[in-house]
Amino acid sequence: MIKVEFLGPIGKESIEVEANTLKELSDFLKRDEALASWLPKCAVALNDTMVSDLKTPLKAGDRITILPPVCGG
Amino acid sequence: MELYHGPLDVKEIFGRWLDEEADSNYGAYIPFVGTIRAEDDIEALSFDIYEPILQSWFEEWQERAAREGAIVKMAHAIGDVPVHSSSYISAVFSPRRRVALELIDAFVEDFKANAPIWKYDIIDGERVYADDRSTPMNGAGLLA
Repeated sequence: MIKVEFLGPIGKESIEVEANTLKELSDFLKRDEALASWLPKCAVALNDTMVSDLKTPLKAGDRITILPPVCGG
Repeated sequence: MELYHGPLDVKEIFGRWLDEEADSNYGAYIPFVGTIRAEDDIEALSFDIYEPILQSWFEEWQERAAREGAIVKMAHAIGDVPVHSSSYISAVFSPRRRVALELIDAFVEDFKANAPIWKYDIIDGERVYADDRSTPMNGAGLLA
């Protein structure tokens, strides 16, 4: 299982998911209608490092963080 | 990097930063202060921060500054910050002004675009996400 955390205004509790790649995770998350509208504008981190490749492999215990649009300052 | 709950004590932080580098032989010190403006009936702004990624983002900037012989410092507020007080300050120290002027510009702009911080308006006590002023981070949309 991997843990998925949703930051800031997404306002959704963390979930645990079975997925071997980010692509599989994407397919799973897109089934949630409320989440599907956030995903096009969200960046993604794996164990607190930003990721940009859908083929990134996932392993048990990994933590994925979903980061919505930001505005510091 | 310094994070505070509530508004920043700008004079204390700038004074302390100046003291810290008093003997470092930097020729230029450029501070930036972000102050909450009164507009659209807001009482305050409020901030969420994701510290692990903010820390690594800031460390990359420290390395980038170091390559030019400069240093960057920053402080940000967590939670509510009333209008006319400060939520964000940063500074560049460098041997020469040109490096400092360019670095503060690039640093503050990248901060707005990629620091993992979320802003909310406080209106009538309600916390409303500043959707229209927020920017998707680099690489956004990967899972869409």
